Amino acid sequence: MIKPNPIISFEGITKRFGKTIAVDSVNLQIQEGEFFALLGPSGCGKTTLLRMLAGFETPSEGRILIDGKDIAQLPPNKRPVNIVFQSYAVFPHMKVSDNVAYGLKMDGVAPGEIKTRVAEALSLVKLDGLGDRMPDQLSGGQRQRVALARALVKRPRVLLLDEPLSALDAKLRDQMRSELTSLQEKVGITFIMVTHDQDEALAIATRCAVMHRGVLTQVATPADLYEFPNSRFVADFVGSVNMFEGVLEKDEPNEAQVRCAELSAPVYLDHGVTGARGATVWVALRPEKIEMHKRAEGSTAMKMEDAPGGANVVPGVIRDIVYLGSETNYEIELEGGRRVRTFRSNLTRYDQEDFTWDEPVWLAWHACSPAVLLS
Amino acid sequence: MADEGLVTPPRLAAPKREKREKPGPLEYARQWPLQLIVGATLVFLYLPLITLMVFSFNDSRRNIVWQGFTFKYYEKAFANDSLIQAFVNSLTIAFFCTIISVILGALAAVMLWRFRFPGKTVVEGSMALPIVVPEICMGVAMLVFFARVMPWPTGLPWPLNLGAITIAHISFAFPFVATVVRARLSSFNRELEEAAKDLGASEWRVFWDVLVPHMKPGLIAGALLAFTLSLDDFVITFFTSGPDTITFPVKVYSMLRFSVTPEVNAASTILIVVTVALTAIGLHLQNQKPKEGKA
Repeated sequence: MIKPNPIISFEGITKRFGKTIAVDSVNLQIQEGEFFALLGPSGCGKTTLLRMLAGFETPSEGRILIDGKDIAQLPPNKRPVNIVFQSYAVFPHMKVSDNVAYGLKMDGVAPGEIKTRVAEALSLVKLDGLGDRMPDQLSGGQRQRVALARALVKRPRVLLLDEPLSALDAKLRDQMRSELTSLQEKVGITFIMVTHDQDEALAIATRCAVMHRGVLTQVATPADLYEFPNSRFVADFVGSVNMFEGVLEKDEPNEAQVRCAELSAPVYLDHGVTGARGATVWVALRPEKIEMHKRAEGSTAMKMEDAPGGANVVPGVIRDIVYLGSETNYEIELEGGRRVRTFRSNLTRYDQEDFTWDEPVWLAWHACSPAVLLS
Repeated sequence: MADEGLVTPPRLAAPKREKREKPGPLEYARQWPLQLIVGATLVFLYLPLITLMVFSFNDSRRNIVWQGFTFKYYEKAFANDSLIQAFVNSLTIAFFCTIISVILGALAAVMLWRFRFPGKTVVEGSMALPIVVPEICMGVAMLVFFARVMPWPTGLPWPLNLGAITIAHISFAFPFVATVVRARLSSFNRELEEAAKDLGASEWRVFWDVLVPHMKPGLIAGALLAFTLSLDDFVITFFTSGPDTITFPVKVYSMLRFSVTPEVNAASTILIVVTVALTAIGLHLQNQKPKEGKA
């Protein structure tokens, strides 16, 4: 995973605005060709980090290296990075083609070459033939493509995207997601994206960094981020989760047990947790990893053939049902009063099991499903 | 019809609209008290102007009763060398005043919008001073300034002899430009500036390529303001003009002291036409952008 020469390297980057610390000693390496996402809630410092890379903010401490060279002293117009702004910042008084040509003009590229490269860039973002339009004659999605073409035409080492999909409507967003990915594959440029939308980050990025209060909490692939979060913040921020506080009762190399006050049975795990016995831990359980089975009124023991292997089983009662078309969300009240969420895909057009409100159910999950968090 | 209306509710709205509803409180075209106010406003605003223009064609020395149509007084006005000289002086002063006011005003607006510096609020407040200080005080102040503190040399060749008046005009016109441009700048998206820089533009290029085009409507509006303010200023000019630097308003005033002749009407009509024409050009320039877009 770790290659010797990262294209970008943040070394102990700290940014203070007055007394507030926006970015707190961030160390991060990004490799060439990655589609990297900086993910976090608003105000976590992700945009500040991006702006420091583009040159609009200066780090209070630390170094930023691009291709091994410190770029701290370079103004934005001399850096080999280009940015696509959240507002797209397409120049409203210039034609589309002039917008795209602007950066090349600034670099003193010959007019003939500008023309061919602008045409190339416009066709790359599927805006062929719209070069003579003014920006106010374009839709939001088209304006974003202009901003993309304008940045890519300069062939930067790194392309920065600030909340690229936040201003688009849902259908367009899905389309743009896959287009951004294929665009990145086509041009082979390293993309760094800032987003507060975890779906977006998981769908697009090859690697994500989750930021919280200026600190990098976890840097991992989308799948690792989702399945192996390293903290309660990441587990809660990325996807939806049922979290139970508990005490680690048993911790051996290939099994562990956590007793949670809100669960009627202890949680069994088929892997060890490197924590001290008796320590407070959190069990994070994704809703889709919980299975739901019918339970006869008053029965407290589950037939073992229904339960998944090495299962954890707790009784509950359905309290809320949200039908979403492709799936249905259930909220189940456990014996202690704690509510738990679970999803079921609507695999057939007629739900044979037909779960309904106030129905008693068993909730079961595999011993390998929960993530145990120490912080 | 009624049944149909029940099935598709939007159809109900159509016949309803045809029925005369009670006019809303702001529908001034359909309420008589408001109609009266609108009418009175139009009468007091335009009737004097129309009277002035009509009577410039009146074939009468005293110009009280309509005697017949004539171009005589236009000929007379054009033949009046001192009137023409005053007219040319006014246009020249207004021209230089506009150019310099727009440059100074735009730079002042950019400075106040862009930078933070010690004493900014003081500068901001003092910029508005020429707008609020009574003109008569400005006039006296200019008179004293050019008489005692920094006398403008007399006997300079035209148009240098207009320097004192031009400087006086700029001093009260540029704050208007600055105010208009500043208001325009507040709608500027700073990301445009950053985008230009990111694409390789220097600060100077950013100013010309991004900021100035954004300011353009403000600059045009400011230029129109400066031009008309300068062209029709009487009070301040009266205190700063000398015997050979008479402007058009001052000249008209001195002609009125003898009698209200159709010649004055004729000259004023020409001034109105010139101002309206320039305003129309200015507004046309301001509206050009969307037209370009459609092409």
